[in-house]
Amino acid sequence: MEYEVVIGLEVHAELSTKSKIYCSCTTEFGGEENTHCCPICTGMPGVLPVLNKNVVEYAVKAGLATNCTIAEFSKQDRKNYFYPDLPKAYQTSQYDLPLCKEGYIDIEVEGEKKRIGITRIHIEEDAGKLMHDEWETGTLVDYNRCGVPLIEIVSEPDIRSAEEAKAYVENLKAILEYIEVSDCKMQEGSLRADVNLSVRPKGQKEFGTRTEMKNLNSFRSIVRAVEAETQRQINEIESGGVVVQETRRWDDNKGVSYAMRSKEEAHDYRYFPEPDLVPIVLEKEWIEKVKEALPELPDARRKRYIAEFGLPEYDAGILTSSKRLADFFEEAVSKNSNTKAVSNWIMGDLMRILKEKNLEVDQIPFPAEYLANLIGLIDKGTISGTIAKKVFEKMFDSGKDPQVIVKEEGLEVVSDEGALVEVVKKILESNPQSVADYKSGKEKAFGFLVGQAMKETRGKANPQLINKILKEELEK
Amino acid sequence: MELYELTAHELSDLIKDKKASAVEITESLLNRIEETENKVESYLTVCKEEALAKAKEVQARIDKGEAKSPLAGIPMALKDNMCTEGIATTCGSKMLENFIPPYSATVVKKLAEEDAILLGKLNMDEFAMGGSNENSYFKKTKNPWDLERVPGGSSGGSAASVASGQAVFSLGSDTGGSIRQPAAFCGVVGMKPTYGTVSRFGLVAFASSLDQIGPLTKDVTDCALVLNAITGHDKMDSTSADIQYPDYTKALLNDVKGMKIGYPKEYLGKGISEDVKKAVLDAIDTYKSLGAECEEFSLPITEYAIPAYYLIACAEASSNLARYDGIKYGYRAAKYTDLLDLYKQTRSEGFGAEVKRRIMLGTYALSSGYYDAYYKKALQVRTIIKQEFDKAFSKYDFIIGPTTPTTAFKLGEKTANPLEMYLEDIYTVSVNIAGLPGLVVPCGKDSKGLPIGLQLIGKPFDESTLLRAGYTFEQNTEYHKMRPQI
Repeated sequence: MEYEVVIGLEVHAELSTKSKIYCSCTTEFGGEENTHCCPICTGMPGVLPVLNKNVVEYAVKAGLATNCTIAEFSKQDRKNYFYPDLPKAYQTSQYDLPLCKEGYIDIEVEGEKKRIGITRIHIEEDAGKLMHDEWETGTLVDYNRCGVPLIEIVSEPDIRSAEEAKAYVENLKAILEYIEVSDCKMQEGSLRADVNLSVRPKGQKEFGTRTEMKNLNSFRSIVRAVEAETQRQINEIESGGVVVQETRRWDDNKGVSYAMRSKEEAHDYRYFPEPDLVPIVLEKEWIEKVKEALPELPDARRKRYIAEFGLPEYDAGILTSSKRLADFFEEAVSKNSNTKAVSNWIMGDLMRILKEKNLEVDQIPFPAEYLANLIGLIDKGTISGTIAKKVFEKMFDSGKDPQVIVKEEGLEVVSDEGALVEVVKKILESNPQSVADYKSGKEKAFGFLVGQAMKETRGKANPQLINKILKEELEK
Repeated sequence: MELYELTAHELSDLIKDKKASAVEITESLLNRIEETENKVESYLTVCKEEALAKAKEVQARIDKGEAKSPLAGIPMALKDNMCTEGIATTCGSKMLENFIPPYSATVVKKLAEEDAILLGKLNMDEFAMGGSNENSYFKKTKNPWDLERVPGGSSGGSAASVASGQAVFSLGSDTGGSIRQPAAFCGVVGMKPTYGTVSRFGLVAFASSLDQIGPLTKDVTDCALVLNAITGHDKMDSTSADIQYPDYTKALLNDVKGMKIGYPKEYLGKGISEDVKKAVLDAIDTYKSLGAECEEFSLPITEYAIPAYYLIACAEASSNLARYDGIKYGYRAAKYTDLLDLYKQTRSEGFGAEVKRRIMLGTYALSSGYYDAYYKKALQVRTIIKQEFDKAFSKYDFIIGPTTPTTAFKLGEKTANPLEMYLEDIYTVSVNIAGLPGLVVPCGKDSKGLPIGLQLIGKPFDESTLLRAGYTFEQNTEYHKMRPQI
């Protein structure tokens, strides 16, 4: 039988506000254990929360950027459960009246466009981190992350494949980066996804029984978890079993998931309105102002790149997939109008090196202007394309301006005809066989001789000049 | 007369006239505590050295003309659920026996700014749950009028200490009557201000939407002075009201002429003792004789107030008290097998029976499948109670009635029947549910010589009218001068 997978995602993104959601502690990642916390975020007796207004603004931006309706009246609720990383034994979240609802984003997979609905976006606080002591039997708790603001973005069950799930999260990530509400560093856990997944025979209307896999924190793990869980559920059904509604833990190292708790064992969170906080009331005018101040979003930017720079759709898509990359591109283009070359360098060598060195765009050790300078050096004929590739590698090592590197290492193209005549003469003398071959009509020998001359000059010779001199000398 | 017998405003006058120093007054109070504490047992912590040192420091600044507050040099004490930096704050619970807060409650800071002298921390029912102080893990405070009787609760230590001259004034907290009932039982003045008037920051939460801090004093003038010190907007408390706060002493006028007063017939119906009923009716006659118009009216929702109150309060408490899990601070069971067992053992051993009862009630009321039937219903009753009061206040300047159905009962008399204990709150809980101010002033004694308290209920943020009415009552009666013999 043919099956269809149905996926809904809950994406948690840490907001990049300076201070926590209910106290003035810093949200900075890292830091020595239990140094970014206070009586409020560690839930001491008698303390009270005060909502950080920036959290509301950031969440509203996210809602507007994903085409949501913003609630003029919403409230916060307590989600009650015991766990050592949750010092109050409840998480302040939003239950029935979220800040944003009924939005969507568009994705594209293999040339097919698709709209994925967003059910809601709500604000809540993050929990601390448990650290299982390697030397002792006990567990330690780090409360630094307690109270770091989060938004939870809940999608409709509109996703039908691992690729769509990946594209959805990629787009969402790009949007959140563009509006600068989250740094979306998946490796630091500031963007993570829960996957709700079920399968059903193709054509069936009713949903199958779903499972939930929590806290997937890389695109790779999302794709692999979706693929594995889809297959697991199909196997279960094919072998005459049933899918059990449960929460599962994905082990990315082993590539398998394990049952954590069933529906019956699920927590009863006993949500109720948070009595220590007042409702969030927003004015229409304020929401409008936030909307007007939103920066250009990925989709608009992609379209602009096609229209303004004449880039192919594919290239424009890649360049705008990350705000930092797009910013890097535009910065370079503003210093060098050879758009095509800038695009090619970024799509080619830059992306390759980032991947090799395992770097993020914001870790590029030189400003975009230097890439513009490099292309300028090629266009002016100061260096050859081959040398340029080497210079580019050096830029990653030292972070230096290519103009400086070229000067320091004497990499300029040699266009001194006299000097090059000497080089060519030397090559002809030491390669009599090739000279003879050429003269007997073997054209290939000419290329070999050019190569030898370039090698002699360590690639710095102006190739056109070498060609010309070589022809002249051979004809003598 | 001994210094400890005087009110704050009397002592303040003596200080101003250089007839007594803050040090002499503090010593008088500390001596009084020493003499009577083995009988009354109001205190959980006495800060003797700190109080004397602070008194010296304050007197030096009074002499230099720097400390000008009417509370400067006045010794007072706090219910042990208000966080005091460096001083144990136990909430009357084994769970927090060794908890020393690294911060002070906003009210504690405000009183320190007024140069009041902190004598110590007062006994209370565990986590403010109870009406007799018998739920304290540490000791049972006695009623200074009859040491075999309860002082009321949960702010029993706060009321008993003021009544017995162990503190000039005190602060208590009131979630369903916890300031007013003990004030009535001990014959002192107690005020639960409008919800949002006094910051809750640093008050260990029982039920967040009902809790409010307020003063217990020897007369209404002191009540106004303390209110001036502790009220005000606090940006650390989101539910704190950002309004213009009046000078409450301006309300101390001996005049109720033309005021309209309502008294609910449900508050003088079944269950009330004859002595209490008579004292309240006498008080109504007093107001009438002073030119006020008094009229009976109906608050039909009253019978639903107790169930609604216990559902809301317990639901919030079940969440507020979840943080006492043995992980970060406070009590932790010595023996446990795993995380779940750590929670179970710690909370089973660390909480007393009444606290556990309310946590279970609240947890049940919030559980999926029961939420609509209990918690949501209670919130609907809350709305109706508010509407009934709104309606009443469209006709009356304030409402008058009893504080409790009976006077102080004997220790152990009601511990076997929690429900009977809950019914003690019948006249007080509606005020918390509606967020209104309530003032209790002594209005007589019963046949056993035990004090009776008159309750005045006001419009939101209209403490001034209550103070004026209470002050007028005092000026025309002698009840506020009653003192117990210990």
